[in-house]
Amino acid sequence: MIYFNNVSKNYKDAVALDGVTFTVEPGEFLSIVGHSGAGKTTLVKMILADEFPSGGTVFFESINVHRLKNKELTDLRRRIGVVFQDYKLLPNKTAFENIAFAMEAVGKTEEEIMSDVPHVLELVDLSEKLHHFPHQMSGGEQQRLAIARAIINQPELIIADEPTGSLDPVNTYEIVQILKKINDLGTTVILTTHNRGVIESVDKRVITLENGKVVRDTKHGK
Amino acid sequence: MAMTTFKRIIKGGFLNFKRSGIISWAAVLVVTITLSVITTIILLQAVLHFSLNQIKDKVDVTIYFTIGASEEKIMTLKSSLEKLPEVATVSYTSAEEALRIFRERHQSDYPTIQALDEIGDNPLGAYLNIKAKEVSQYEDIANFMKSDNSLTPGGESIVDKVNYHQNKLVIDRLNNIIGGAQRLGFILTLLSVIITVIVTFNTIRLTIFIAKEEIGVMRLVGASKMHVRGPFMIEGVIYGVVATMITLVLFLPVTAWLGRSMTNFLGINMYDYYLSSFFQIFAILLLSGIILGVISSWLAIRKYLKK
Repeated sequence: MIYFNNVSKNYKDAVALDGVTFTVEPGEFLSIVGHSGAGKTTLVKMILADEFPSGGTVFFESINVHRLKNKELTDLRRRIGVVFQDYKLLPNKTAFENIAFAMEAVGKTEEEIMSDVPHVLELVDLSEKLHHFPHQMSGGEQQRLAIARAIINQPELIIADEPTGSLDPVNTYEIVQILKKINDLGTTVILTTHNRGVIESVDKRVITLENGKVVRDTKHGK
Repeated sequence: MAMTTFKRIIKGGFLNFKRSGIISWAAVLVVTITLSVITTIILLQAVLHFSLNQIKDKVDVTIYFTIGASEEKIMTLKSSLEKLPEVATVSYTSAEEALRIFRERHQSDYPTIQALDEIGDNPLGAYLNIKAKEVSQYEDIANFMKSDNSLTPGGESIVDKVNYHQNKLVIDRLNNIIGGAQRLGFILTLLSVIITVIVTFNTIRLTIFIAKEEIGVMRLVGASKMHVRGPFMIEGVIYGVVATMITLVLFLPVTAWLGRSMTNFLGINMYDYYLSSFFQIFAILLLSGIILGVISSWLAIRKYLKK
């Protein structure tokens, strides 16, 4: 599904990625682990074409993502749901509206929005917070809302970039469980983290990054 | 589909405006200031226009005819003058009328009246008073008078004198002042409009800068450029409309005060003028406000949509 072929990324005086090559199969749950600055975020930004490589290619199925024009890039991003460490919710919109916005973006009708949004909020246990603004919610709730937004349009891939980075252990556990549930339903998940505990509770394939290089690729991360 | 998108964009714009709270009102305030500057300029132009017209009205050229010039000939000249495109009005004063006016004016000047009585005859000729449409056109009219002596063929000229040449200096100077005042007015107008437009543009840019992250998130979620940009442009329209209303209401007491206490000084009742041109001013402000809001938003957001 995703193919990294010898991808490098150099910033002015630092190397973020150095000859990274790997493949992600459909339905897989891949964790990418490494210290801060190991290149995890740069790597996931490559898939979204939010960063351009200094060398190498990134394919999403048969599409070279860095060759896409504006409109095609919008289409690609609609096939990928993204969850960030800092949630990236729209602060001026309620929980309901945040999700509705993602549905409006892909042209869903008013009826679909009215029926799907409450459903997905129930899935992440936020039914009570329908009309709350992000600043009225806890970190864990905001992250669950971000996940609900990421999955609402049934993407083929979920990218979760340090989703538990600013959460306590209880909330971290809940987020991991939700991601596993999504993966069980058939969606490919790519999760980055620097938290060993998260990887152990996921117990799936793990790629370890160090200084921009892939140093380990194991079937079951322990 | 297009209709739904449009409705969503409009709704989004109103929600943004409402929820941005103080930021929205800051933008409205700045647009209001811009529109107030424009309104002030409109009113000042009216005062300037009115005063200049009054001054222009005081300028005229008079043709004095020789004593005993036949009224028929004078009337021929009058009608040919009236055909000139530069001429606004020509008024005829007969010799008798001229004498009457002269006597009236010198009522208390006993020696003069006595002298007049002693002459017995009317020593005054008839005259034509000409007003041009523009002060700059008196020269053309005077030139016409020179060449038009052919109007009195075969005889002596019936024209005694034309006072243009005595008035020339004053007319020229007035012409310069009027031209200068209009140029100065134009430059000041342009300058203040440019400054306020820049300030407004930057304020709206700041409000969008605050939403920079939001714009990035919207794009990541897969929103099209129009879906992101639309609500911000609707917000721009709202700034324009609200600011127009505030400005119009604000100028009611201001012009009422000017009308009450400054009419003598300005020569024109501001309140009457404001009310009589209310719809014109309304249209100008609304259009300026909306264009300003929309274009500023469009330009400001362009930067964050490039990715």
